Amino acid sequence: MPAQEQRNTSGRDEEVEADAVPTPEPAPAGAAGNAQTAGVDDLLDEIDGVLEANAEEFVRGFVQKGGQ
Amino acid sequence: MSAVRVMGAETEFGIHTPGHSSFNATWLSTQVVHAYSLETGHRAAAGGETRWDYTDEDPLADARGWVVPRNEAHASQLTDEEQEVTAAQIALEGGLAEAADGTMGPLMMNMVLGNGARLYVDHAHPEYSSPEVTNPLDAVTWDAAGDVVALAAVRRIAATPGLPPITLYKNNTDNKSASYGSHENYLVPRHVPFPHLVTGLTPFFTTRQLICGAGRIGLGQDGSRAGFQVSARADFFEAEVGLETTIRRPIINTRDEPHATADKYRRLHVIIGDANLSQVSAYLKFGTTALVLDLIENNAVPDVEIMAPVGTLHAVSHDWQLRDKYRLADGRRVTALDVQWMYLEAARALAERTGAADPVTGDGHTATVLRLWEEVLAGLSGDVSSVAGKVEWVAKLELLQQFRDRDGLAWTDPRLALIDLQWSDVRPEKGLYHRLLQRGRMERLVADEAIGAAALNPPTDTRAYFRGRCIRQFGAQVVGASWDSVIFELPHQRRLQRVPTKEPLRGTEALTRELFDAHPDAASFLAALLGTPRR
Repeated sequence: MPAQEQRNTSGRDEEVEADAVPTPEPAPAGAAGNAQTAGVDDLLDEIDGVLEANAEEFVRGFVQKGGQ
Repeated sequence: MSAVRVMGAETEFGIHTPGHSSFNATWLSTQVVHAYSLETGHRAAAGGETRWDYTDEDPLADARGWVVPRNEAHASQLTDEEQEVTAAQIALEGGLAEAADGTMGPLMMNMVLGNGARLYVDHAHPEYSSPEVTNPLDAVTWDAAGDVVALAAVRRIAATPGLPPITLYKNNTDNKSASYGSHENYLVPRHVPFPHLVTGLTPFFTTRQLICGAGRIGLGQDGSRAGFQVSARADFFEAEVGLETTIRRPIINTRDEPHATADKYRRLHVIIGDANLSQVSAYLKFGTTALVLDLIENNAVPDVEIMAPVGTLHAVSHDWQLRDKYRLADGRRVTALDVQWMYLEAARALAERTGAADPVTGDGHTATVLRLWEEVLAGLSGDVSSVAGKVEWVAKLELLQQFRDRDGLAWTDPRLALIDLQWSDVRPEKGLYHRLLQRGRMERLVADEAIGAAALNPPTDTRAYFRGRCIRQFGAQVVGASWDSVIFELPHQRRLQRVPTKEPLRGTEALTRELFDAHPDAASFLAALLGTPRR
């Protein structure tokens, strides 16, 4: 995500300054993945198996009242 | 300098009935409390629930020295009143419920647990408030015990015909503008000037999310802007200092309800933290905050003041790549990690002066907090993924990135939002944190057995021991309780007997165990405790 977009998110971030030039979407960090690709594949497969069906509907249905 | 201090945690759980949207959230939350009461069999004789003793609650007292008039307060601030929906009304709406003894009675909205905690319905969420503990490791243990309590309630409800299945999430937002809290409480000597707490804590809290943020998909209170952020709570904070907890949430909350001897102590009510499942993040949340309070009390805080803390808080949360610098009042520009390093250096310097971190003569906790704090900051300053087993937001980010890698998902993909939500499902077979824990990808500081025991037993070194043992041993005679009292109703006595527990470090096992062991019945126990003649 471009740094510029991050800084505009709250409307109160005028004081924030970035050294980094806005960059394109960064490549996902894959350091751990490279070392243990098999382990990660296995993990993601396992999680595929426990994730609720129909992600969009499930997430949309999770509506909470505000708390403290 | 010490990480040893009286502290505690509160968790409001997200509550959901998948596939059903028609249930009233308060009614559902009541079912959770009720289910747990059936699980434990703890049920007071008189009222069907352990009534909360509101005598010493004062949610409108402001630490800055004034009291907000009740008619000017937001309704949600009146936490010292019974809620609008009473147990009786709930029972009418939901019907009567079966009690542990097989009789029918109203649903329960409040329980004091045998481990000294409180489990109750707070607005529209079930809340577990941990017993008072004296160190960050116990804080992690008895906070995680609340997750075990929540799980037991979920299991019981799932096995109860006629009830919808309820899932509980240890998270902080629905990503649709609603947030609910996980608060910390720290005992602070009354003589510490409140402005010192504000100046000492604000830069720390603005950046503390780097070590204990839980991570979140979506930016903004409604999560509608695409992306990932470090903290689940940050976007919901809109003020620097204030009394409110449900609206205009402040970085420093001024609620001044000590729940203890008021001229000796204040209870610092911290509302800015994320709910943590990662034990290391939770440990550092409590441990580093305790160290910073010690810095403040010793006038040893680093010289750092962040310009525009609220905007910076949001920006730090959104800057998960840790690239940005933020302006200080003196003109310097520093990273959020720099600020954390300043606090760590100051804490280490003070610990060296006091000997608190000494392996032989130290307090046994400070050295571990300092070591883990440094490990995490060093990891975040270099190879971030090296702390994925410790820091919750890094663990969550790494999992999300792995899914993005494999399936080419955009940040807006609902599957990533589901991973974020299901991360905190309290059921080990569904909760993704728990899946990672079982695979050894998350570091453990406390064994499951110790957490399970903490769901049943109170800590031994605070007044929670007294409260918990009263419930465990004399539950049928305890008709009310609070942080600073236990109220008994004895058979054949018209007057209730209120035992004040104003000193958090009294009522410990060392001070009261013999008395409990020697007096199996409540009447003789109270007579011995209070020095009154037995009737």
